[in-house]
Amino acid sequence: MDPIHQFQIINLFSVGKLGNIEIAFTNSALFMLIAVFGLTFFLVAATAGGKAVPTRMQSAAELSYEFVASMVRSTAGQEGMKFFPFVFTIFMFVLSLNMFGLIPYAFTVTSHIIITAALAITVFLTVLLYGLYRHGLHFFNLFVPKGVPVYILPLIVSIEILSFISRPISHSVRLFANMLAGHIALKVFAGFIILLGGALGALGWAGGVLPFAMIVALTALEMLVAFLQAYVFAVLTCIYLNDAIHPGH
Amino acid sequence: MADGTRGKGDHKEPPDDEAALSARLQRLGERLDSASRPSENVSGPRQSADASAYARGFRMSTELVAGVVVGALIGWLIDRWLGISPWGLIVFLLLGFAAGVLNVMRAAGVVRENKLND
Repeated sequence: MDPIHQFQIINLFSVGKLGNIEIAFTNSALFMLIAVFGLTFFLVAATAGGKAVPTRMQSAAELSYEFVASMVRSTAGQEGMKFFPFVFTIFMFVLSLNMFGLIPYAFTVTSHIIITAALAITVFLTVLLYGLYRHGLHFFNLFVPKGVPVYILPLIVSIEILSFISRPISHSVRLFANMLAGHIALKVFAGFIILLGGALGALGWAGGVLPFAMIVALTALEMLVAFLQAYVFAVLTCIYLNDAIHPGH
Repeated sequence: MADGTRGKGDHKEPPDDEAALSARLQRLGERLDSASRPSENVSGPRQSADASAYARGFRMSTELVAGVVVGALIGWLIDRWLGISPWGLIVFLLLGFAAGVLNVMRAAGVVRENKLND
């Protein structure tokens, strides 16, 4: 009945200790492993045949490749394709975690901000380090717009830097909040059925059809959101990588 | 067996369609190549990240909030380290708000990204 209960982290077994901190294998880690193994199995099995006329599995794998590849090309340019493995991994990982989370009794890993923040910070550091490696200090011209009078330049530059630093926050919060809110809404509507049945008896159970219909609709919406948020996460990764590849233009 | 029944109207196409089929396949391949080439050669245009109004709205709101939060956090930390409370918070909250608005305008495509000529 508690809509927050589904997000609880449970220690399945202990792996070891690091100082005073226990390193445990949690349900979150379990679902991440399931996602990774599931994805690996799917992609390896789907591409094993390599037929000219693809099977359904191979077609799905090719579609996901084409989808991500065209996304990377259109946002980060042809040069961005060197980051294709990175973006593809992030997209498929987030997508499968979101989708696995929709299965009843499954744990939604991406509803924890620590996971999405870790992904977003990885992207942020990749952009920063690759930008510095590729362009040197010239990369910081990203913060200095052209054609701005010198006397307001300090103000503009500090605003640009703050805007740059705020990227991983909006990047991670968006995915986390969407998944959290969606799953809470599902649980709350499911709770209405139990409450109605408990309070009004048979009439209540009959009335429970209404929230149940709502759950069916919300689950469909959540499928859309799960895909959309994985897509948005990957597109923003591409847009940020584009800044690292061409900070100038 | 299959060869025997092929000529008897089960198959409406003439028997010499193997050559025609391979010619059609080749033409299709050429057309696919020419259709997919322009998108490959385009370098670095930006598309907005939005696939639906819902995602769009959510993106705008998080961009604004993220800017303000980062500004407030940096201002608070500067206050603590330099002991100039409340000036750091005031200045950086305002800067953060400006950064948030800039983020939103960029996400909406109102303002272009920085353009420099290397």
